[in-house]
Amino acid sequence: MLEIVLIGINHKTSSVELREKLSFTYEEIENGLKKLLEKKDIKEALIFSTCNRTEILFVVFPDRKNKDIVKKFLGEYKKISIYKFQDALYTYNGDDAVRHIFRVASSLDSMIIGEPQILGQIKDAYKIAVANNSSKVILNRLLHKSFSIAKKVRRETGIGDNAVSISYAALELANKIFNDLSTKNVMLLGAGEMAELALEHLISCNVKKTIIANRTFENAVKLAKKFNGQAVKFEERENMLLDVDIIISSTGATDYVLTAHQVKKAMSSRKNKSIFFIDIAVPRNIDPAINQISNSYLYDIDDLHNIVDNNMEERKKKAIQGERLVEEAVIKFRQWMANLKLVPTIVAIKKKIELITQIETEKTLANMQNISQKDINAIKRMTQAIGKKIMHDPILFLKNTGEHRDDYKYLNFARHFFNIDDTQLKISKGHNKNG
Amino acid sequence: MTLKTIADLFFIGSTILYIISMISYIFYLFMQKHTIEQKAFALISFGFIFHVLSICLGVLKTGSLPVHNLSESLSITGLALAGVFIGFKYKFNLKILGIFVSPLIVIIMIAAFSLPKTLLAEVSILKGFWLILHIFLIFTGEAALGLACGIGILYLLQEKAIKNKKRGFFYKRLPSLDFLDSSGYSCIIIGFTLLTAGLITGLIYAKLIWGQFWSWDPKEIWSALTWFLYAALLHGRLTTGWQGKKSAIIAILGFIVIIFTFLGVNFLIGGHHQVFTK
Repeated sequence: MLEIVLIGINHKTSSVELREKLSFTYEEIENGLKKLLEKKDIKEALIFSTCNRTEILFVVFPDRKNKDIVKKFLGEYKKISIYKFQDALYTYNGDDAVRHIFRVASSLDSMIIGEPQILGQIKDAYKIAVANNSSKVILNRLLHKSFSIAKKVRRETGIGDNAVSISYAALELANKIFNDLSTKNVMLLGAGEMAELALEHLISCNVKKTIIANRTFENAVKLAKKFNGQAVKFEERENMLLDVDIIISSTGATDYVLTAHQVKKAMSSRKNKSIFFIDIAVPRNIDPAINQISNSYLYDIDDLHNIVDNNMEERKKKAIQGERLVEEAVIKFRQWMANLKLVPTIVAIKKKIELITQIETEKTLANMQNISQKDINAIKRMTQAIGKKIMHDPILFLKNTGEHRDDYKYLNFARHFFNIDDTQLKISKGHNKNG
Repeated sequence: MTLKTIADLFFIGSTILYIISMISYIFYLFMQKHTIEQKAFALISFGFIFHVLSICLGVLKTGSLPVHNLSESLSITGLALAGVFIGFKYKFNLKILGIFVSPLIVIIMIAAFSLPKTLLAEVSILKGFWLILHIFLIFTGEAALGLACGIGILYLLQEKAIKNKKRGFFYKRLPSLDFLDSSGYSCIIIGFTLLTAGLITGLIYAKLIWGQFWSWDPKEIWSALTWFLYAALLHGRLTTGWQGKKSAIIAILGFIVIIFTFLGVNFLIGGHHQVFTK
């Protein structure tokens, strides 16, 4: 019987250098998949490569020493000696491989738990595998199940709900103060790298206008050009308070560049419209007393760090719940794999046919009054015989699909053909109702 | 079955639907499942339909608006609240407001149910176009102002969470401050407009029945006070920018005055509106 195997390295087991050496480009994945499938015992394969991991998922016959084939392939294909990466390499078989891919898709194995990109990356890898015909019955089902478990974990645990980076935490707060950021203006005080980073997230939310104020006007102009904003003199910052709704400050100043007095004055001119200060500078740039002013909110770097730390803790708690959901999915998948075996499939098909003949015969007999017990038995025997005769050849075929055929493909087809995974229950329920 | 028993059955049915809706909203508050909210909203909508049917049957039976006593007035209040909430939900989709509205409706309905049902007001004065308009406008207007109060409470909760940097139970579950502020403001504008029109129709009706527009009835005085309070709020907002927290606090205060005008005046002071709420 076939087995699912996964080998790979990730951020926990290897250095960036090694991950870079073993990473795959789109073309490399396509060619790699072709090479893998050329090997006789590898039935299906998928290559998955991001900046944090490279993993190869494949389906092989376990009894023929196939585990090292792929390891060797990886070394040869990426032109790197096995000894250099074998310590970092992990190998999972069967349930463990299934569990691993489910955990990766659900972002439980990520560097930042719950980050949402990973699922899209796996979907892309799956698309390449499908396009190259390297994902078939088993991997198709495994990958589809991993997509649905990932969504389930996200939905039921809310693991990705809270921001775990400073700039996202600031953005999340802005969204709790303002309804529609696209109608809001942002002012940046200082043109440092941190400020730039914070701005990037806000820009991606399409704020209305970006204003950059810096002591060195030239740098403000440069940054304004980059973000399609407007540069103003640093001295103009107080006047700008009438126009802007979000202020991000990251100057190198040692005292406050905005005081509570200035903001109070501005608030009455702006008719008390809400204003949000984000102070990511150390030492702080914005007077903490500003947070006491009505409709004005101030968060400094420590406040934002606190939010991030709390959210990270929360994600870890939610991950425990996620692991349980994954475990349930692994058990379900194991059952499906087990059903791909011959005997359970034949038994299930026979049972289904027997049940149908039995139910239909009883239904008909119930409406016939003038009929002797002898005739009843004869009719029952006849219907049973019809069922058996019809099933004789298909079952014989399943038992002997020929030397070069993939058993599991036919078994899976047979299960679909007779719809035995879903309807077993329905028929027996219907039977109870009639009987 | 008489019309009255059918009307009563519809009334009980609507109360039960409101109660289940309230329970669903509480579940929604904790679990944040979209489907639960949908069910809660469907329940409150069905409750509203039952309630309308119950009141229509009441009108058919007596031939006048059912505001003969406190029980009936409360029932109309509950109806107005449910109706305004349903309309408001369509417009703004502020789901969390159901948490505030549904228990309020349930309390009102249970109070209406347990109060005596003897008809106190003369049927004859409860007829006529101006009166129907008066009652409709006042009740809907006050329901809208009630929603504004609910939104004001939500605003203060959220404002406190952001200001104190302690993101508690409600922080995640509530929308942005801006949104709460502007939807509360819309509620007040709608409520104030209806209230104004309701007071004018009341004056016209008073002229027709009692021969004078204004008779210094305590309820009239308190209604005028309420009107001035909201007028001041709107004025302050337009001129000096009473936004956010201040606006939320006044919306809550305003509704407390309304409740006093509705109940307190009648119980403590008296006047010609008294019978409707006895």
